Amino acid sequence: MGLKEKMHELKLKYQGKKMAPAFNAFHTFLYAPNETTHSGGHIRAVDDLKRTMNTVILALVPCLIFGIFNAGYQHYSAINGFPAEFSLFEHFINWDNFILGVTTILPLVIVSYGVGLIVEFIFAVIKGHEVEEGYLVTGMLVPLIVPVDTPLWMLAVAVIFGVVIGKEVFGGTGMNILNPALTIRAFLFFAYPTWMSGDKVWVHGAKAGVTQAGSTDAISGETVLGYLAQGNTEGMYAKYDLSEMFFGFIPGSVGETSTFLILLGGLFLIFTKIASWRIMLSAVLGSLAMGLIFNGVVEFGWIPEYSKFYGLMSFDFWQHLIVGGLAFGIVYMATDPVTGSQTNKGKWIYGFLIGFISVMIRVFNPGYPEGVFLAILLMNVFAPTIDHYVVQGNVKKRLKRMKNATILPNVGEEAEQLKAETV
Amino acid sequence: MALLSKKDASLISDPLADNNPITIQVLGICSALAITAELKASVVMAISVMFVLGVGNVVISLMRNVIPSKIRIIVQLIVVATLVIIVDQVLKAFAYELSKTLSVFVGLIITNCIIMGRFEAFALGNGPWRSFLDGIGNSLGYGIILVIVGFFRELLGSGTLFGYPVLGDPIEKTGLYALGYENNGFMIIPPAALIVVGIIIWVQRSRNRALIEEA
Repeated sequence: MGLKEKMHELKLKYQGKKMAPAFNAFHTFLYAPNETTHSGGHIRAVDDLKRTMNTVILALVPCLIFGIFNAGYQHYSAINGFPAEFSLFEHFINWDNFILGVTTILPLVIVSYGVGLIVEFIFAVIKGHEVEEGYLVTGMLVPLIVPVDTPLWMLAVAVIFGVVIGKEVFGGTGMNILNPALTIRAFLFFAYPTWMSGDKVWVHGAKAGVTQAGSTDAISGETVLGYLAQGNTEGMYAKYDLSEMFFGFIPGSVGETSTFLILLGGLFLIFTKIASWRIMLSAVLGSLAMGLIFNGVVEFGWIPEYSKFYGLMSFDFWQHLIVGGLAFGIVYMATDPVTGSQTNKGKWIYGFLIGFISVMIRVFNPGYPEGVFLAILLMNVFAPTIDHYVVQGNVKKRLKRMKNATILPNVGEEAEQLKAETV
Repeated sequence: MALLSKKDASLISDPLADNNPITIQVLGICSALAITAELKASVVMAISVMFVLGVGNVVISLMRNVIPSKIRIIVQLIVVATLVIIVDQVLKAFAYELSKTLSVFVGLIITNCIIMGRFEAFALGNGPWRSFLDGIGNSLGYGIILVIVGFFRELLGSGTLFGYPVLGDPIEKTGLYALGYENNGFMIIPPAALIVVGIIIWVQRSRNRALIEEA
């Protein structure tokens, strides 16, 4: 008794009115609806859109929690210096880090969900259809792929742009060509580049000019890729070691630093059959392939050491996977079932090219040493084309098989007629 | 007595809305994307096209009975090229800075589909007065979209209109900038024009559903 019935009554009361989709949405969002369909045959399954979305959100929660602690850890370490002997509970999981993380990251989450859902509601009311659950995952992804100090109004503008231009103009959830979360990220990157790149955005307070303890120098935090893009490979390894990169105690966008937790999330998504392992695996292979090509170029001495690409090209090929947003993009963005390839063979091509192009853009991008979001958006555009050719190839193969099939009568008028039909 | 008959008036009013060369016929997109980062450039471009299309339509219309149809495209090209060179030289002489901003796109008016389209579709079959009105109408329709796009791109991208700061000074941090507002770098780059034109097309077609093409 209680809320569920009340909401159901409200829903019935407003049925057929203009605001009906809004009440419907609240009801479906919180509970399974009461209605059943009466005609036709149906398959009853529990893995509806809402369940799918919730599973992805569940897989994202560890990244969010890690991001909250990491925001505090990076901030206080930048002020007081990094601890010489790192201890997880003493330096990382403590109240100071948690409080700072929550006060900086929770507003991002709230703005992302609030603005995004308002836009969805407005469109649902205008178009008179039900509010779709599509924004639930996007709203969670967005705060995880932006720097901690992103101003909230910028995020709000970007979310409006991303949801309207990335999704609603194409007809809403399920019809979009581009991943809305990445559209939002790309918009932020091109619109406000000073807030999205450089060494002042990844640590809370750096842009505002917070200074180091006992010094007048402002704090800063360069990412691993930032060091490499400047050709400062020794400086990078002096600051971060491989285990820090893998477990994520490095500056970066809120939720993408910990490859370890992303890996766990990815395994969870594969185990629950929500995301495609083909895309993930082929994207990893693609990025390794591109990384190996670059390493080969360096190995053969085809590129001089003073070249501005040397730092990123000489970076060990497999280490590309544990820094930057590559792992996060592969697991949570490339596998988006709406914007990705649908056919199995297509998924291999689509994933491989995402990994391949990501590393390529990362190395050659003049403005900013990262390119995962651009690579995925590019392949989103090509996914339908890939699928088209995979399907056509299949049709052709089957027609050929049918033409050569021995079951058909081989001689006589009937055979000729059949052959003519199948060509 | 009205200045224009109803039929003639529609030659001007139609291209402004329901038969707009950019949003309905989707012609002349190239220059609309390239030069609309500033309002001033948009306005000058619109006026240039108006001159070329208005005069060109009259010239072609006057010659319509003497042009052999086999070489009519070449004749049209010569007319439009002459007019464009006049515009280009005038701009270089009297507004040098602006002509540098518009750079090659003044010259590219020659290849603007709207111009050849109107020569072919209208001036070759109608008298000079009606051709003149048609040219003015179509260039107004082109210009109005340029000005709308230029308005939003300059306002959001640079915080200025016709070069005057309307939102405050971004360096001194006055006006809106004091509140933490920043210019949107995305609006400066040409893809933003494509999106603004797309939004205009979207708004126009949802207001008048008859304009939506059959899929």
